[in-house]
Amino acid sequence: MATIASDNRGLRLAVRYAVLILIAVIFIFPLIFMVMSSFKPDQQLLNDTGSFAAFLPVGDISLDNYADAFKRAPVGLFIFNSVLVTGVTVILSLLICSAAAFAFVFVDWRGRELVLTAILATLIVPFETIAIPLLLIASKLPWLGFDGLTFGWLNSYQVQIVPFIADGLTIFLFVQYFKDLPGELIEAARVEGASWGQVYRKVVMPLAGPVLATAAILKFLVMYNQYLWPLMVVQQEGYRPVMVGLQYFFQLNRAWGEIMAYLSLITVPVLAFYLFLQRAFIASIASTGVKG
Amino acid sequence: MARVSLDGIRKVYGSTEVIKGVDIDIADGEFCVFVGPSGCGKSTLLRMIAGLEDISGGTLTIGERVVNDLPPKDRSIAMVFQSYAIFPHMTVRENLAFGLTIAKAPKAEKDAKVAEAARILKMEHLLERRPSQLSGGQRQRVAIGRAIVRHPGVFLFDEPLSNLDAALRVDMRMELAKLHADLGATMIYVTHDQVEAMTLADKIVVLDAGVVQQIGSPLDLYHRPANLFVAGFIGSPKMNLLKARVEGVDATSVKLASADLGTLVLPRANAGVSRGDEVTVGLRPHHLATASREQRVGSQPTGDQRTGEQQIGGTVKLVERLGNETLAALTLASGQQLIAALPGDVDVSIGEALRLAPQPERASLFLSSGAAVN
Ligand SMILES: Nc1ncnc2c1ncn2[C@@H]1O[C@H](COP(=O)(O)OP(=O)(O)O)[C@@H](O)[C@H]1O
Ligand SMILES: [Mg+2]
Repeated sequence: MATIASDNRGLRLAVRYAVLILIAVIFIFPLIFMVMSSFKPDQQLLNDTGSFAAFLPVGDISLDNYADAFKRAPVGLFIFNSVLVTGVTVILSLLICSAAAFAFVFVDWRGRELVLTAILATLIVPFETIAIPLLLIASKLPWLGFDGLTFGWLNSYQVQIVPFIADGLTIFLFVQYFKDLPGELIEAARVEGASWGQVYRKVVMPLAGPVLATAAILKFLVMYNQYLWPLMVVQQEGYRPVMVGLQYFFQLNRAWGEIMAYLSLITVPVLAFYLFLQRAFIASIASTGVKG
Repeated sequence: MARVSLDGIRKVYGSTEVIKGVDIDIADGEFCVFVGPSGCGKSTLLRMIAGLEDISGGTLTIGERVVNDLPPKDRSIAMVFQSYAIFPHMTVRENLAFGLTIAKAPKAEKDAKVAEAARILKMEHLLERRPSQLSGGQRQRVAIGRAIVRHPGVFLFDEPLSNLDAALRVDMRMELAKLHADLGATMIYVTHDQVEAMTLADKIVVLDAGVVQQIGSPLDLYHRPANLFVAGFIGSPKMNLLKARVEGVDATSVKLASADLGTLVLPRANAGVSRGDEVTVGLRPHHLATASREQRVGSQPTGDQRTGEQQIGGTVKLVERLGNETLAALTLASGQQLIAALPGDVDVSIGEALRLAPQPERASLFLSSGAAVN
């Protein structure tokens, strides 16, 4: 009996792993294809697609495509722009949205239910519907920058950052997480003399590791993949992010090798960063031991 | 050090009144326990004293100050929560020092106060640990330690022992009693467990449905419950409450009768009842004794028993032998159950007809309104 049961378990485990590996392969092969193709000349790249060679570094392998991609477009600038816009937005978003959620969950004030409901309602409004009005507003807003007071935010970093700092989904994530924190912990801090700001900084945020990681990853993906909005508000190359930069490679002649090289440049570092963050994320859950 | 005084304290949530005008005076250095069934408003009352809930009405004084509108930190209180509420991301030392860190106290003062609290609670060796590396009892100590570090005038405890297992609870109860003796601070302690209340308190406040039922010392409440609620709540096993009718009243006694009691004469002067009144008699299980052997054997009342000795007869349904005593549950003539606490080696068995002798001078008497008659 026991051996049959354990055989069964072994079999089930094998099937589970087989399915997981299959799924992993389905997801990873396009990436491998992209990276491998980026090292190949266009002609070989197209020929290889019919065979398994498409996934192998074989034939005429070189970094030529990367060199050409940098010649065709200011790739480094685009990556810098995207990293800057994404990084600043993620950090500000985590600060602002967590502070907002803190006020919704822990501080008692008139109308908070109503305001929270209104914010959550924005979750069902697709960005495309507000893009045009937002463009009109952004084109008229004042900005106090290095060259004094100016009007109109088009062609800037702030136009890509500010509209995305506060959003319903991130606030919602923090609200849900904060609601599950033991209320007595916050009350204990209050009795000990902590102000709301101190409760936020010294008690709530140090325990928010998991939700910070989740919110950061989601925000990062949204921001790094921005396309429609920067296309609308940025006409100058100087502020252009990576996804809009992809246009450069679809213009006159379609150079597949260069496209693959560009895509590899903008995705592989992100993947690596994501994997790293996920590690840190799991470690942070394991170490805070919030469950206790 | 501080006295605490509640004067007409009320709490209203929306349209429901949860605390209905409570007056309590707690002397400096007193150990006061709020006890009552779950949902009666004990925590709400304590949280109003702490400043964690707004006070809807009345005046709260701590020390010499009215503190109704002061934030918790300015009330000279420290609180220990049921869930311990120690910060999981900080070491024990950081937890203990939290309030001082917030107040930006100098490091030397912090170290000294943390060391003092750790010494009092014997947890010097745990200071660098994290809460996840502590047992339940140790976590509770950290929570108490954090309160000690504040040197508050008043310690507030909300069911601090209810998450501990039974053996640990008894130990911690004794430690709390010792802590109170050592520190001499005012302590207010909330529990639903009347044993905790009886063992710890100088003064017990019995609450039910947001109303104070009685305030007094443990023995006051035990011997002179003010009403049926307190009578049933304080004491373990519970006081037996039997319905009866007043048969006659004279200058020194009240004569009662019912199917269960036969006739029972209580020695009471000016009882304030009159013939025909419906009343309730309270008999503590520990105030019932077995009648003599011969009388037990001749199980039928014969009418010629020794005058003056009154008896209650019933059938034994359950016997619990605890060693030091034996609890017997009897079913009386009317079907009502009666519990008696008898000597540990008493000779009773299930199904036996047993006759018990009450001690009329120790019985309690309640009017139909529930109020006790003195
Ligand atoms: N925030 C609240 N809103 C409405 N009713 C509440 C709230 N908090 C407590 N109550 C009610 O007040 C009563 C007393 O609660 P509580 O003080 O927690 O009781 P206890 O601690 O004695 O068990 C309960 O009936 C509870 O439902
Ligand atoms: Mg409670």
